Amino acid sequence: MAKLTLDDLRKLRDEKQKAMEKRDPSNKDAQIIVGMGTCGIAAGAKETFNAIIEELDTKGITHVLVRQTGCMGLCHSEPTVEVIVPNMPVVIYGNVDALTGKKIVNDHIINKHLIDNHICDKPAMDIVR
Amino acid sequence: MHASVCDIIADLVQNSIEAGASRVELDVFTDSDTIRVRVADNGKGMDKATLKKVVDPFYSEAGKHDHRRVGLGIPLLLQTVEAVKGKSDIRSELGKGTVVEFSLDSRHFDTPPLGDLPVTVLGLMAFAGTYDLVLKRTTLADGYSVSRSELTEALGNLEESDTLILARDYLKSQEDNLNH
Repeated sequence: MAKLTLDDLRKLRDEKQKAMEKRDPSNKDAQIIVGMGTCGIAAGAKETFNAIIEELDTKGITHVLVRQTGCMGLCHSEPTVEVIVPNMPVVIYGNVDALTGKKIVNDHIINKHLIDNHICDKPAMDIVR
Repeated sequence: MHASVCDIIADLVQNSIEAGASRVELDVFTDSDTIRVRVADNGKGMDKATLKKVVDPFYSEAGKHDHRRVGLGIPLLLQTVEAVKGKSDIRSELGKGTVVEFSLDSRHFDTPPLGDLPVTVLGLMAFAGTYDLVLKRTTLADGYSVSRSELTEALGNLEESDTLILARDYLKSQEDNLNH
């Protein structure tokens, strides 16, 4: 890829925004939050994060908020990903490798199904406020 | 030991963000035999007593998670530095901020690879809040600089997947076109 300038970036954004306006914004207010404490980093949260934004882009899903956060207290199940979709239960998924990250996009965000075998009930007790 | 130098960087910058910094500078230099990193923030800083404690893996900032008694970020850095005979320095002043610097001999067998800098930096720009993160990436022959504020200005916001992927491609294009 040629080296992009900030002006290139603005143009790309404008093109993308035009394309986005035509799409269904039904995923507005959905949030995907990737835990990236030391535990998450060591377990590969970066690859998970990258896989999630790539899959959202591939599937043309717009308006999903993707964020990083620190340790969620589930160090034994890293990488952990919290998914908030309106009208669905708030879920923290554990052991989310890149492949499971893509599954979150396809099953949870697009098809509105929870993903078996990865659901952590709630944050660790000492982190619940 | 962390699998890549970028993992160490992610840990350090995340510390800066959690310390309430409004500005974090990340300098990364590489040449054929050196990886040198500097993370400087204007966060809450540490007094001398706390600075002594952060090297202890069984010390963590009380209050972050009430009952947590481990903090592995700095200890993992020091472990790597010790294992490959690198150098590190941590300076901090309460209320002013913290500077962490380290350099590693990239020819040493046990030195981890640099790792995926664009994705690491993108992740570090995706925390909630209004902090600025300025990456200065240099080699002997070349260099580039990217900041969270200029990406936010160009893209509108950095929070949604649509703009994050553009920001990633931008960061990647800078790193891929770097002359070594």
